[in-house]
Amino acid sequence: MKLRLEARPAPSRLAVWAAPLIAALATLAVGFVVFSAFGKNPFAAFDAFFIAPIATRYGVAELFLKASPLMLIATGLAIGYRANVWNIGAEGQLTLGALAGGGVALAFGEREWPAAALLPAMFVAGALAGMLWAAIPAWLRTRFNANEILTSLMLVYVATLLLSWLVHGPWRDPEGYNFPQSKLFAANAMLPILWPETRLNAGLLLALAIVALAWLFVRRHIVGFEMRVAGLSPGAAHYAGISWRRNVWLGMLAGGACAGLAGVSEAAGPIGQLLPSMSPGYGFAAIIVAFVGRLHPAAIVLASLLMSLLYLGGESAQVNLALPSAVTGLFEGTLLFFLLAADVLVNYRPRIARAAKRA
Amino acid sequence: MADSPAVVPRLALRGITKRYPGVLANDHVDLDVLPGEIHAVLGENGAGKSTLMKIIYGIVEPDAGAIRWEGEPVQIASPARARKLGIGMVFQHFSLFETLTVADNIRLALEPGQARQLRQRIRDISSRYGLALTPARRVHTMSVGERQRVEIVRCLLQKPRLLIMDEPTSVLTPQATLRLFETLRMLAGGGVSILYISHKLDEIRALCTRATVLRAGRVTGECDPRRETTASLARMMIGGELPHTVHREAPAGAPALRVHRLDVPADDPFGTRLAGISFEVREGEILGIAGVSGNGQKELLAALSGERTLARGDAVTLCGAPVASLDPLARRRLGLAFIPEDRLGRGAVPEMSLADNALLTARGDGNVAHGFIRARSVVAFAKRTIAAFGVKASGPDAVARTLSGGNLQKFIVGREIGQCPKVLIAAQPTWGVDVGAAAQIRQALIDLRERGVAVLVVSEELDELIEICDRLAVIAQGRLSPAKAVRETSAEEIGLLMAGATPRETHAPVVITG
Repeated sequence: MKLRLEARPAPSRLAVWAAPLIAALATLAVGFVVFSAFGKNPFAAFDAFFIAPIATRYGVAELFLKASPLMLIATGLAIGYRANVWNIGAEGQLTLGALAGGGVALAFGEREWPAAALLPAMFVAGALAGMLWAAIPAWLRTRFNANEILTSLMLVYVATLLLSWLVHGPWRDPEGYNFPQSKLFAANAMLPILWPETRLNAGLLLALAIVALAWLFVRRHIVGFEMRVAGLSPGAAHYAGISWRRNVWLGMLAGGACAGLAGVSEAAGPIGQLLPSMSPGYGFAAIIVAFVGRLHPAAIVLASLLMSLLYLGGESAQVNLALPSAVTGLFEGTLLFFLLAADVLVNYRPRIARAAKRA
Repeated sequence: MADSPAVVPRLALRGITKRYPGVLANDHVDLDVLPGEIHAVLGENGAGKSTLMKIIYGIVEPDAGAIRWEGEPVQIASPARARKLGIGMVFQHFSLFETLTVADNIRLALEPGQARQLRQRIRDISSRYGLALTPARRVHTMSVGERQRVEIVRCLLQKPRLLIMDEPTSVLTPQATLRLFETLRMLAGGGVSILYISHKLDEIRALCTRATVLRAGRVTGECDPRRETTASLARMMIGGELPHTVHREAPAGAPALRVHRLDVPADDPFGTRLAGISFEVREGEILGIAGVSGNGQKELLAALSGERTLARGDAVTLCGAPVASLDPLARRRLGLAFIPEDRLGRGAVPEMSLADNALLTARGDGNVAHGFIRARSVVAFAKRTIAAFGVKASGPDAVARTLSGGNLQKFIVGREIGQCPKVLIAAQPTWGVDVGAAAQIRQALIDLRERGVAVLVVSEELDELIEICDRLAVIAQGRLSPAKAVRETSAEEIGLLMAGATPRETHAPVVITG
């Protein structure tokens, strides 16, 4: 008896949707082993990790709050990923977006601009800054064929240091007891709260609107179609006259714009000021969200909720079980690992090779 | 079933059955291959030939049935196992790593220890069998015909006892085909069995000593092809009469595609430089360009389609407009349609549906409005194409790579013709396509010509060019001979012009049948 993989004549639609579920179950199994190894009752741990964080109204709001930047960034990245444009630097683009949006908030917030003018200005500035940061790898790729995976990743650290310098230096709050942080944003520079007594804000609506636009672009617009073609078959794209340069630029800029918007959303939402670090790794986690969501806008929304739950669960496990917060990272990594492994089932079917058959 | 019970068949299949969702690819197939026999497996696309060969080569596991090798029951679980038994296969779709060299590709298929003095052995085999190859060349720079040579040489290096050839001659010149036949006869004389898959009935009659005919997954007949006629073989294969291509004389009109002193430098060290190519294709005529692959066809087609753009726009003019510096989409808007030689991965996106593949090039016909896709219009276009060309597919949602080669080719031809082009360029339009589908594609090209479209066909199949073209030119070493009316030339003359590019082949006799 031997397990073999046999190519399927056509990709299995069932496996496309089953693979994330299989990966989630396998991740839970690993969690079971890990919690047991730590000497915790795995069922209590699962409760603390997956149930307790969303058992309250506040918890549910937090789930959507953390899911918003994830779905926003993942949607932008997925547009590029479909065309084989690998933007890994969303974390840096988010940072630059927060920096630019926050800069606008700090400069104009106290001049009592109405929120209806100030917030859009902040988001436009953030999106442009994210695009600018993504444009550097795009230009390097199209001009010098430099690998965008490396250049976009390296720019993350540049962006973090740039923000760090600003909040330690010129933009530091003079009344902030020397903490590296900016002044708090004025009220007109803050996103309105959607659900009273929680932190859930209008950033979620923006994220959902962008997801809907992205769906329209990918599924209904000819350029979205052309980018999918380029990702699936570069030879066919070349034959049909689909421009590779345009795809690189569009893919990078879409990711940069969405990450920049997410940065402003964080600054003008739960954080309310500029800090040396504006995100607990949303820009990187969104890469996993994009793939768990099969690069499909609607599925990305679900995947972002799952990833958000992992963040909340990690915090809860830290507080209630005294487990290190690295557990969150462990679950993220395990989930992606199993997802990529389960993806084999889309194009291959496992078969158990029988002993030689005789007529 | 063996002719002589005293001889143990090298390979015996009994009751081989393979079912795919919705298709019975092989239905209780029996097959005996004797030592030293050249055995043809005949059948239309989708008849189950490829599946059967994949079972023999260990790529696909049969659902039922038994395989005996030299009389011993065996289970061929993998291609490595097949090679260990002594089975070699030359595929119709190549399995080469494009970024590696010829020698590296061959080394990968050999067991460690077999690879000593590989380059020398490649050169020995390629010169012995007339399969010119440069071991240091990278595969991605090579044309389809050249890649096939790599596959053949790779197989021969492993000294197989059963050699499966899946449509091996589709890209060879008549002279090279004859030379390959000599090679195959030499191998068979040395005791190697050969399973020869082809749809070229003349070749099978000239080469093979036995033929098994498959239709819809079942063995429908067995015969000695030397005692059959082309027509009788075709009848067995398609279960009916062969469609005839009808070709009426028609006066040609104004030049629609004009190429004037086209120079294209080679873009890689092994590419062919195009030098001073000039020709024109008039409305209502078919111009054929013959030649052995690797003589500049790839470069010429890229310059015509727009996949390669040139600085001097007037090197190529389309209905009077200079287009050489325009991209493929801009040229399509001016009335160009183009059928590329590779179906999967170039002419079609393998993972996409037929409807999406229609949209790959068909942007007119209301398929796109203000940048947005009109799905209903695209699906209707795909349906029309499927119906007009009798494409065997479950519908516009069928994924391209699930179609057989011939059916996908019919779809691509239909898609390009369906856009009502003013100029159509077709590269190897019937490569690897069965007789029925090939005749249909040729007829479609002729019908297009009669509607006043200018058609350019670049092919390595001389018979086909002579059958459908009004005028013929030959490309050799990046230069194009003056075009001649087909009536005023002969297959011998064209064959010699083609072979002129490869001087070692000129001494071979030129025989063209059909």
